[in-house]
Amino acid sequence: MTAIAVGAELPAQDFPIVRGDLVRYAGASRDFNPLHWNERFAKSVGLPDVIAHGMFTMASAIRVVTDWVGDPGAVIEYSVRFTRPVVVPDPEGATLHVAGAVRAIRDDGLVEVDLTCTVDGQTVLAKARALVRVPESQRESM
Amino acid sequence: MPIDQSFVGRVYPPTAPYEVGREKIREFADAVNDPNPVYRDPAAARALGYDDVIAPPTFAIVMTLPAGHQVIDDPELGIDYSRVVHGEQRFVHSRPVRAGDVLQVVVTVDGIRAAAGNDLVTTRADVTTVAGEPVLTAFGTLVARGKA
Repeated sequence: MTAIAVGAELPAQDFPIVRGDLVRYAGASRDFNPLHWNERFAKSVGLPDVIAHGMFTMASAIRVVTDWVGDPGAVIEYSVRFTRPVVVPDPEGATLHVAGAVRAIRDDGLVEVDLTCTVDGQTVLAKARALVRVPESQRESM
Repeated sequence: MPIDQSFVGRVYPPTAPYEVGREKIREFADAVNDPNPVYRDPAAARALGYDDVIAPPTFAIVMTLPAGHQVIDDPELGIDYSRVVHGEQRFVHSRPVRAGDVLQVVVTVDGIRAAAGNDLVTTRADVTTVAGEPVLTAFGTLVARGKA
């Protein structure tokens, strides 16, 4: 990779999501809302099918940043707006596509990254943004 | 009826201490399909300068989501949980959460506003060690959908 510059792209990634992922995330996060595992319940509230936890989608998307910077502890801030539910039909699932680009480099060296998070071309997380401390030694080599 | 603005600034009591364990971090990292060794291997974490394995950037939700229920369940605010969806989430870290931390959460009602017939309630969850060291702050915006 070339030196970090505004507009530089981070390697994009695709994250497949299947129903079992949501069950496992429910257990690990202790968020057992039936919207995320019970098709009958999801449909009863007007959704087309079970939807992913927003926090699961958020956790998946930041990997584009943490895999890029290497040290996940370098993520100082991370924020998203949940704009569209990620519908996860069984068995076919869904694929989250996440791309990232450097939005700004602050005077203090912290790097602002914008993430674009889509499923089937539609934005599911808006205003997804991270503030990352990139070690000086890595700045030129990234 | 819109939620009363006067609840902005309301602070709830600190949650019971939450002890962050290596296996819980591993379980969470597995659940988000993230193979990064710094979540599992103390030697990998030490190589990055941490005393023990660290947690993924959104891990604190395991504490802050339940803590936020103090607001949703507060009868004085009168939020109908069946109409609540998660609108926004933001984490601001002083440092990563790491194995061995004993953390507590203090939740504050940070903002209340009405938009397009919905109530938007932003909660602020300050996560500190029980000794008072700041670790992170999580802001969550709940959207209480208006009744049609």
